[in-house]
Amino acid sequence: MALLQISEPGMSAAPHQHRLAVGIDLGTTNSLVATVRSGMSTVLQDDHGHALLPSVVRYAINGEVIVGHEAQAQQSADPSNTISSVKRFMGRSLNDITDRAHIPYRFVAGHETPTTKMLQIETRAGLKSPVEISAEILKTLKLRAEKSLGGNLVGAVITVPAYFDDAQRQATKDAARLAGINVLRLLNEPTAAAVAYGLDNASEGTFVIYDLGGGTFDISILRLSKGVFEVLATNGDSALGGDDFDHRIYCWILDKVRESSRNFSPLNEEDTRLLLTKARQAKEWLTDNFEAQIVCRLSNNTLVDVTLTAPQFVEITQHLVTKTLSPTRKAMRDADLSIDEINGVVLVGGATRMPHIRHAVEEYFQQEPLTNLDPDKVVALGAAIQANILAGNKNDDDLLLLDVTPLSLGLETMGGLVEKVIQRNSTLPIARAQEFTTYQNGQTAMSIHVVQGERELVTDCRSLARFTLRGIPPMAAGAARIRVTFTVDADGLLSVSAREQSTGVEAHIEVKPSYGLTEEEIANMLKASYASAEADKKARMLNEARVSAGAIIQSVNLALKNDGHLINNAEQQAIRDEVARLEAVAQADDAHAINQAVEKLNQVTEAFAAARMNASVSLALSGKNLEDIKL
Amino acid sequence: MSNTDYFQLFALPKQYAIDAKQLESNYRKIQSTSHPDRFVNASAADKLASMQLATLSNEAYSTLKNPASRAKYLLEQQGIDAVAESNTALPMDFLMQQMEWREQLEDSKQAKDVEALEKLYIELRAEARSMERELCGLLDTEQDYAAATELTRKLIFVDKVCADIQQAIEYLD
Repeated sequence: MALLQISEPGMSAAPHQHRLAVGIDLGTTNSLVATVRSGMSTVLQDDHGHALLPSVVRYAINGEVIVGHEAQAQQSADPSNTISSVKRFMGRSLNDITDRAHIPYRFVAGHETPTTKMLQIETRAGLKSPVEISAEILKTLKLRAEKSLGGNLVGAVITVPAYFDDAQRQATKDAARLAGINVLRLLNEPTAAAVAYGLDNASEGTFVIYDLGGGTFDISILRLSKGVFEVLATNGDSALGGDDFDHRIYCWILDKVRESSRNFSPLNEEDTRLLLTKARQAKEWLTDNFEAQIVCRLSNNTLVDVTLTAPQFVEITQHLVTKTLSPTRKAMRDADLSIDEINGVVLVGGATRMPHIRHAVEEYFQQEPLTNLDPDKVVALGAAIQANILAGNKNDDDLLLLDVTPLSLGLETMGGLVEKVIQRNSTLPIARAQEFTTYQNGQTAMSIHVVQGERELVTDCRSLARFTLRGIPPMAAGAARIRVTFTVDADGLLSVSAREQSTGVEAHIEVKPSYGLTEEEIANMLKASYASAEADKKARMLNEARVSAGAIIQSVNLALKNDGHLINNAEQQAIRDEVARLEAVAQADDAHAINQAVEKLNQVTEAFAAARMNASVSLALSGKNLEDIKL
Repeated sequence: MSNTDYFQLFALPKQYAIDAKQLESNYRKIQSTSHPDRFVNASAADKLASMQLATLSNEAYSTLKNPASRAKYLLEQQGIDAVAESNTALPMDFLMQQMEWREQLEDSKQAKDVEALEKLYIELRAEARSMERELCGLLDTEQDYAAATELTRKLIFVDKVCADIQQAIEYLD
């Protein structure tokens, strides 16, 4: 494996300097930031010693944006300008929000995009998209991290529910960009939790991560062996979480109040927020107590004074607990596992503190769930470990995550049906090709509609992108052979290309789902907050080009020294010539020319890189065989 | 790299009977060495090579792990496309059997009888396992590719029914 060790290019000259990277758990209820310091993953606290940042954003009268505890405290007083649980609206249109009546915000259908509209919320600071609101939370965490670590961040790993679709993931990435954060990777929350658990307990075997957060439910099954974490299956419900339990209590309180007072008028926004807060407090109280008394006075002077017992709470929310078991069974079937093959069940998310959740999980898996790490922090801790690796702070014998596509990806075919090209739970990176043909005689173009989801009809799946392959030679229907290739890289980014086999005409798209913001919108938002001088930009580009030139020269020279024997002398010479050319160009002040020379050197070394990759794989495999002989 | 032999990639003998443990452990070794996360700061050429090998080994692993696709892959190496449209013939008794399974599936689905679906699933998995054992003999010992092709097609049919049962269970769940 020594063959593959390549010195870090990095922005800084010192090769062993620690690059600052963080893991961010952008949660429905609370958000956290963690980092790896001296080999230990640690959650970073604010000036008051708080680790959890309530995911609440308030647009105050004086134009200030307040995030966290202070905003949460003002929620009942200023409900429509204080946004909580914004994660539930990420990458969603107005039609996706079914329980709008109980949410005290003024929703507005967003602007038209080719397929649909992302909702916005009306506040006194104007219309705000969930992306912008989430960016405020991320900015606060970024500031906390930079203050605490004393430097600029190289990047962050941000966690998302495993069951988030591409639109929701893209919205999360957009929010990070808006907050000025370089996203190293979006990591699935249960996977992050598994990383923290696996490393902490040095476990081996098959584990289930049951993650019930404020607004989302995820179930993941992972196999841990010799530092490799392989996700076997993942499932969930991106609209089921602790908030729904609050909501059930809220409805129960309303029913009780209606029973006792005759002329009960509809609630205003303040009262709705107040009762939801009371409901949440009652839920948390019932974790350790038999009954919760809910007392408050509404704005019309109605006194609310009711008592909810633990058995009553179980009764009104049991259907929500049952609802988590259906995705659990699906994941178990997808992984082709039976209950007795599970070595441990890990509970993640604040909502798993509810005793009846624990009982249900224990009963289903016939074992007591593991809870030795704080369910609120475990996701951020795991994300920080992965961020540290992706920032290049660790060497290659450390842990490796093999993640999967959470949802199937496919194409629209005749009759509005979906042809799946990549099945859900396929390990990344993945490439799959499928052949299609024309439907009509003389057809010269083919429209390609990329969708995500498990259902058979296009209308039941989420639309990700559309593009057209033109220039197909006119042929009889069914004669053209069009090969469509789906590629998903390790970051989960999907690209789709289509190629007509006889003529070689091609079309290609990198899928950016239609729910995200457009490039232009993001650029405008960024422009509003940062104005960067043209000269600065030029100097930075030149500097970046030189740094990457230096890095590639160093790594190619090292590779030639260690593995030059894998290619012949002429090939070695060709690479050396290109290195010399790049060295010369890097002396001059032309960033574009440097980048071109880097690109050229990359091209020339492609075959060499592939040969080295094969050699190192053979070495890894033969290493194993030797071990076997010794045993 | 696209014509790399999958068995060779995992350092396994080219035969139907497979050491699943060895396959899994070698797959993990290859991913450990080649996965793009190991090359975050590497040159574009190294990143490309890593992406290609990691993608190839994922594809190869899923092909060899699944008994039907493994048989199909071995037949392809003999120049036989087991799922080609010209390869449609299946014996009448198997077709009858298949129709029977489909009817049971539909009936249980209509009756929303998950238990019956699960029972049918277990029955079909057992059927598939016995076909896999038979394939070992046909492919590895007798090298009777014609018989192996027919059996592979049967196995693919059984897998398809199994997938549909799973989907029905999922739908009812």
